[in-house]
Amino acid sequence: MIAIIKYNAGNIRSVQNALNRLGYNSIITDNKEEILAADKVIFPGVGEASSAMKYLRDKGLDDVILSIKKPMLGICLGLQLMCDYSEEGDTKCLGIFNAQVKKFPPNEKVPHIGWNSFSDIKGELFQDIKTDNDMYYVHSYYAEKNSQTVATCDYIKSFASAMQKNNFYATQFHPEKSAEVGTQLLKNFLEL
Amino acid sequence: MLKKRIIPCLDIKDGRTVKGINFVDITDAGDPIELAKSYVKQGADELVFLDITATIEKRKTLVELVTHIAEEINIPFTVGGGINTIEDVSAVIKAGADKVSVNSSAVKNPKLITEIANEFGSQCVVVAIDTKYVDGEWMVFVHGGRTATPLKTLDWVKKVEVLGAGEILLTSMNNDGTKAGFALDITEQVSKAVNIPVIASGGAGTKGHFKTLFESTDASAGLAASIFHYGEIPIPELKQYLQNENIAIRWT
Repeated sequence: MIAIIKYNAGNIRSVQNALNRLGYNSIITDNKEEILAADKVIFPGVGEASSAMKYLRDKGLDDVILSIKKPMLGICLGLQLMCDYSEEGDTKCLGIFNAQVKKFPPNEKVPHIGWNSFSDIKGELFQDIKTDNDMYYVHSYYAEKNSQTVATCDYIKSFASAMQKNNFYATQFHPEKSAEVGTQLLKNFLEL
Repeated sequence: MLKKRIIPCLDIKDGRTVKGINFVDITDAGDPIELAKSYVKQGADELVFLDITATIEKRKTLVELVTHIAEEINIPFTVGGGINTIEDVSAVIKAGADKVSVNSSAVKNPKLITEIANEFGSQCVVVAIDTKYVDGEWMVFVHGGRTATPLKTLDWVKKVEVLGAGEILLTSMNNDGTKAGFALDITEQVSKAVNIPVIASGGAGTKGHFKTLFESTDASAGLAASIFHYGEIPIPELKQYLQNENIAIRWT
């Protein structure tokens, strides 16, 4: 069973649809026991950082996430909330990744919306995926690169497109909306 | 590198696609799901569904359709047409749409843009603008282009950006249906006036029109309906051409 963490962010339905297409059963839940009992956990999200963190703290989900031992995949806002800090709403985040989340300077169009390739990828999440494959992004804030970065994307800045630390994985892009290549990444995660 | 997007638009009435031909891989071009899946397979980067149903039952039918689309396709899609209230937005977003587009309703009630942005994020709000060149000025029209407004297009785009729009879908009524090319001047003026992505629409008739659009304006995407529906320009052929012309596109 795959648990999709339920919180006040959009896009959760799309993740479940993608899992259904791959033949995986999933539940959308904010129940601690169900989350900790799952084989894999997905932490999705489109939304605003400070209100999302407040919701997670109020529900005690911050501690639940930190105690997950099975593979967990954060997506988009999920990745940003797994970092130390976000400029969006001046928000202290979960601190899984040692990175700061910053707002894109307005040098080019913001939000960064659309399909973008990588300048660098590594690790098991990217098996059978190439640097010139495109993934779908939609975000105005980005995580700075650090030693936990496993994929890099260039738009205005060179930023962390994907990160990994132990059992925690995260992508800034939306694999569930990234056609066949995104499906491959989800498959790689589900088969870990 | 960020790619230029190619976006087919599907007109929906009573849950069915209004116009279109049967591609080789589908048997019913009137079925929005089949047509959408075919476009995804062809390499469309995103889809827009524009609901032109006028009946009271509209929202229920649309929400059912959006639910099915979201189950079947794995690229982003926008739903527009008669989205008037935050409840309308909530219903289609919860059914699985990635974005909504608002047009006349945003002109009538600009606060709607901010309401949607606050509740679902700016990335969810596409403000669609029908613009027409009248007496030396690009003006905003509403109600499917039937009604003039006192709004100048360049003033309106700046306002919707401040209100929280995430993207602008700009349709030139002078160009729409002509197949003579996109309205390059207003597209470029709008792209320069705002810092959010602009999707250009209206006038695409040849592959070269997309090349010119991407070379001479900052548009992030090109949208078209009939040339894709009637198979006049197959998307793979368009993308191959743009790639050969050194326009950055997504190649699947």
